[in-house]
This record gives sequence, structure tokens and C-alpha cells, in this order.
Amino acid sequence: MSAATELERRGERGARGGLDPRTAPAFPVAAARALGDAQLRRNLHHATEVIQAKRARVVGEMPDWQALRDAGEAIRRHTMEHLDRYLEQFEERCVRAGGVVHWARDAAEARGIVVRLVEDAAAREGQRGEDSSAANEVLKIKSMTTEEIQLNPALEAAGFRVYETDLAELIIQLGHDQPSHIVVPALHKNRQQIRELFRREMNLPELGESPEELAEAARRFLRERFLRVPIAVSGANFLIAETGGVCVVESEGNGRMCLTLPRTLITVAGIDKVVPRFRDLEVLLQTLPRSATGERMNPYNSIWTGVRAGDGPEQFHVVLLDNGRTEVLADAEARQTLHCIRCGACQNACPVYRETGGHAYGSVYAGPIGAILTPQLQHMEHAQSLPFASSLCGACYEVCPVKINIPEVLIHLRNRVVKRRTAGLRVVGDPEAWAMRTASTIFRSERRFRAAQRMGRMAERLWERKDKAGEQWVTSLPGPLGGWTATRDLRAMPKETFREWWERRGKKTAQADAGNGTEVGDE
Amino acid sequence: MRIALFITCYNDTLFPETGVAVVRVLERLGHEVVFPAGQTCCGQMHWNSGYQEEALPLLPRFVRQFRDAEAVVVPSSSCVAMMREHYPMMAKRLEQRGGHDGLAAEVARLLERVWEFSELLTKRLGVTEVGAYFPQRVTCHASCHGLRSLGLGDGPKSLLRAVRGLELVEIANEERCCGFGGTFAIKNAAVSGAMLEEKMADVLATGAAVCTATDNSCLMHIDGGLHRRRSAVRTMHLAEILASTERVGDAGVREEAVR
Repeated sequence: MSAATELERRGERGARGGLDPRTAPAFPVAAARALGDAQLRRNLHHATEVIQAKRARVVGEMPDWQALRDAGEAIRRHTMEHLDRYLEQFEERCVRAGGVVHWARDAAEARGIVVRLVEDAAAREGQRGEDSSAANEVLKIKSMTTEEIQLNPALEAAGFRVYETDLAELIIQLGHDQPSHIVVPALHKNRQQIRELFRREMNLPELGESPEELAEAARRFLRERFLRVPIAVSGANFLIAETGGVCVVESEGNGRMCLTLPRTLITVAGIDKVVPRFRDLEVLLQTLPRSATGERMNPYNSIWTGVRAGDGPEQFHVVLLDNGRTEVLADAEARQTLHCIRCGACQNACPVYRETGGHAYGSVYAGPIGAILTPQLQHMEHAQSLPFASSLCGACYEVCPVKINIPEVLIHLRNRVVKRRTAGLRVVGDPEAWAMRTASTIFRSERRFRAAQRMGRMAERLWERKDKAGEQWVTSLPGPLGGWTATRDLRAMPKETFREWWERRGKKTAQADAGNGTEVGDE
Repeated sequence: MRIALFITCYNDTLFPETGVAVVRVLERLGHEVVFPAGQTCCGQMHWNSGYQEEALPLLPRFVRQFRDAEAVVVPSSSCVAMMREHYPMMAKRLEQRGGHDGLAAEVARLLERVWEFSELLTKRLGVTEVGAYFPQRVTCHASCHGLRSLGLGDGPKSLLRAVRGLELVEIANEERCCGFGGTFAIKNAAVSGAMLEEKMADVLATGAAVCTATDNSCLMHIDGGLHRRRSAVRTMHLAEILASTERVGDAGVREEAVR
């Protein structure tokens, strides 16, 4: 079997299971299912409110918060405008410091590269002959990028045991669950549910539900693996072009263990993660933790550059992942999507996410950022319902630390979805497109608009019913409009439009003026 | 001042009483209101739903109707947000296609004179006391576009506080969306309904008899939900409250605009 086919085979296998935008149900369908889960909604309301309150407190104490947002936006915009240059600079400096840089066009290629690197590392470990079992194991630091490319199933298919070491990701892994939030992947679980999971999976029948006891159980479970397993895979928060360094921020210290103890470290990062200079972190390391977890600073900030003899990993690889990002870069109106620094503040602030949680988005990138990122990473071929999964309320834009105008991008992507759907003659069989075109024709003529108002009133009358107070209401509508009356009534249309009233009043005033010469108002 | 009223398509058709109220308030303050008859729709529904091509021709239409106005008043915060956020770019696009020379510059000049109703009063005319009387307990829903796109801030509430007899009650989670969102209310009816449930609970918790806002689209959604759950709480556009006086009660506007 050629190397390429081998990579493809692994890619195919790796793609099975997990949140896959290509096979996920449309958002309204998945959302309706989530809405039926009362426990889930209680967990979501509680967790998002707690994080939002913490964020509000630490953002509120910053007198220069808006200036920091502006600076963050400027850094990210500049980076994207010169991404090619900064990526090559990062590669050159990283290699100079002893790292190895790999480029992956898509998820399958990235999976193939990581699996091969892990296999090579395992072979080296086997030759050392210290602990043969550990050579088949891999540590993971929380990384949404590796979730995006569905790395774990690919590693498992290649015969490796993968240990997620972030507490939340461990909860997800032990529960055969999926992440529902980019910063707090187990946000949809409450403490009792986590205790039950730990009791079952860690064989701890007496475990209590205090945060201390749960953390202690996870610590014992993980510590032993940190000391044994010689290969780790991480994501990255930032790649620093100027130095070739990589930055990972976290709250638990488990990441630090994975970054320092194993002999081989493989970092998978989207090409959007690059920042030009070390000093750019001055801005982003202020806004990221405050936006993400409501902390002034992350408890653990790890920055490393290549390898150093006798200190940390001996082998260090970076896999730079495109997977659709270059296409996003090419779309001037959607490019700002790549400015995202993955803080998750938009998810916590979103009133839609608050009700449905992350799984309804069918992607590891849920919430407002997911609604714009996922369909683009899918080349606008899948996840087409996501740009519509928003009321355009703007809460996401308001909290974004790099000022991504998510509503603007949502509107742009809606246009791309509609253009694709209605290309050519397809509009004939598309009731929505037909209705929209008809409405536009109506709005382009006062005469047609008046006629439509009259006809609408006549048609609507058929659906009016008198309520107990004697008012006319519509409580049930046919077709797509039934979505309205599924949860709401509709007050019957008035007998007169505003313009009809205006004209009637004008005549009355004119008559009165002609009659006695005094001005008569409308009262 | 001679103020041109852009009533907006849905207010024209579904909420004439709001237009009547705007006319009454502005005339009471000594201004003249004109109504360009050729006006129809700002294009928000099309633009926000992905039908940008269908929205584009509505821009030159709006400009033709209102280009000479000293000020334009619009009793819908989301329509004003649509114009401010998207008209400049739409105009540029039309100019590039040809046949619309100078449109972008004209739009920029015109937009400076376009005001959401509460904004016209508080920012352009500099009034908060408009001689209104409305002896009810009222809560104010901060429509997202008014709150975030227009930055109306305390404007609408400052107007309400100046109304004689009115008791203004703050609503919890004021900055949270009610779940209307235009076609979102239909395409994602279940989520929209869940968001509405939360908003209604906050409205009802205020004990207010009336929920007001600067946007009838949110109110139509909240009103429909409240009626479905047999609540006696009513919704009213801010203009209707400000139009009420001792002489003509709040029902006056609605009676006049024939329901």
C-alpha cells in the first residue's frame, strides 16, 4: 500500500464518530431535541451565567478594555493580511530552534502526519525498551483543532490508547461524549453527573461531589499517566512568528505536564493561530483569559521554542493545518472569522447557545463563532443551517475580545447559502426564494405594495378567530408560517393601514380648512 | 422642523397606531410631519435573510423618497440599524455596477438625518418631556438593535421617566434578546419560542401592565407569546405611550387607527 493510500485509509477511519458537520442534522432539528432536555438546559443556564458573571467582573475592572479590544483586532487583522509571511517566518524560526514543521492541507492529511509521527516516536520508545506498554499510549492536551480533525479515532485505529488530560476533556472521553464548548467542553454536564461518571469509570464508588474530591480523583487518575507516557499531542493558543515559539494557556497545569514530561511533543495548530511578535501576547494574554474563564491571567502560561537538550521534550513537531482556512482568508467579508482567539465568550453570551448547548451545532465549534466558522471550514457545502441559527442580537460581537463582527459575517454567509441554493432555475421549486423575490417585487412599487396590503388583509381574515375578550387573533397558520403560531399568536391585522389613515386625515383636514379656515388637528 | 416619517412596511401594515402616535407626538411638539407616499420597505428582511440582490433596489427607492427631508423619523430601531450598518456598503455596490453615480455620498449625507423615534426626541430635538400622561406600571424591553447597533442607552427610558403618572419598572436580563430575530422566529421557531419563554417570565416578574419598546417586531413576538399564555399584560410601542395625554387616553391612538 502506498503511503498516500495509507494516509487516506487512516483519514477515513479517523473521520468516523464524533461531531461531524457533514452528517449532523440541521440546526433546527438538533436544537429541538436539545430543548427537550430539561437537565441540559438547567446546566447550560447555570454554567453560562456563572462564566458571564466572572467575565463581566474582570472586564469591568479594566479601564482600557475597549482599547485592548481595538489593539487585539489590529494585531489579528494585520496578521491575516500578511499570513503567508508570518507562517514562513514561524517555520524558519521554529526549525532553527530545533522543531520540525509540517504542513497539512486538510484534516485527513493532518491525521496522517500525526499518526506517522506518533508511530515513529513509539518505535523509538520501543527501542529504548523501558516500558513497552507505554509506547502504545498518547497523552493529549485539550485541543479543539485535534477535535476538528477527529484525531483521537485515527490514533485509536492505528493501535494507540489516547488519554485526554484536560479535566473537561477527560470527562468527555470517559463518558463517550462530545465537547459542547471550545473552552469548557463539558459545560453541559453538572457536578452530580460528573461524579456518577467518575464513580463508574474510575471505579470509585465512594466518591463525593465536591470540586476538591472530583479534582483529586482526576489528579490521581492522570498523574500516573503523566509519569509513564512518553508521547504527547497538544494544540496551541498562539504561534509566535518572531521567535518560532508556541504558547499554550490553561488553568489546571495538566497541559504543563504534557508539554514538559514526554520525550516527544506534537503540536497541531490551525494556520490562523500565528501572531507576529512576542510582544503581541501583551494584548492577547490580557484579553483571552478575562474573556474565556473570567480570570485575570491563566494560572499556567507555557511558551516554548523548539527543543533544548536535557530540558523537556527531545523531539518537537508542529503540524500547521489549513483545512479550509485559506478559503476563509480569500473571502474579504468573512476573513475576520480567522481573527478568533478561541475564548468562547460569544458562546457564553449567546441567547441561542444558552438554550440549545453546543451539540446542536453538529461541530466542535459551537455557538456564534461555530455558526460562522463551521460552514466555511466545510467549504460552504455542509452545515448550511448554521448561519441562520442566530437572532442577530449582537451579544457575540459585544463581548468578542478581537471585535469579530459575527452578525455581519452571519449575514454574509446567509447570502452565500441562498445564492448557492437558488443558483440557476432552482428558485422555481424553492418556496422561500419565490416568496422573497415576490416580496421584493412588491416593495419596488407603491401600487403593488398597497395591493399586497389589501390582499394580505383579506387572506389573513380567513385565519382570524375571536378570543374571549372579543379581540380578533390568529392562532394557527399553514405552511412555514406555522412556525410562528407554534408558540405565539398573531394579533389580527388592523382594518386600515397607516397610509390609509394618513390620507383619510389629510382629506379631513383639507375639508375643515376649506370650511371654516381654522386648523383642525386629528384629535 | 419639517420631519419626514418613514413608517416602515410592517408598521404601515400591522401597527398603524404607532405611526399615528409618532405624528401626534411630533405635532404636539410643534413640528410638521410629512409622509412621502412612495415609501415601502428598508430591505431588512431580505438583507438579513440572505437575499441581498432583492434588497438592493430598495435602497435607491428610499433615497428618492427621502433625499430632501430635513430629518427622517423611523419608529423601528432594527430598520434604522439596517440602514446605518448596511446602506453605505449597498450604495457602494450599486455604484460599482453603474447607473448610480454619487449614491454612496448621497446615502452618507442622508443617513446623518435619519433618526430612530426615541433618538430623534432625545438626541436631535433634545427633549425628554413631551407632555405625555400614562398612569400605568410599564417595563421597557431594550430591543437588541436599539441597544447594540444604535446605542440608544437610557434614551427610551428617560422619555418614559418623564411621562406623568407612569411607573417605570426595570426588567431583569434587560440586554438579553427576546428571540424574535426576523425570519429566525420561523426558521428556528423552537429556539425562538424558548427564548421568548424566558423573556416573558422576566416581563411578568416586573408586574407591569404594559411592556414597551422601540421596535414593534420584538413586541409582536412578545405580545403573541403573552396572548398565547392568556396574560393580561399588553405591549405598546414607545410612541403610543408618549402620545397619550389626560385628554386622550392610551386607547385613543388605537381607536383612531382603525383596528
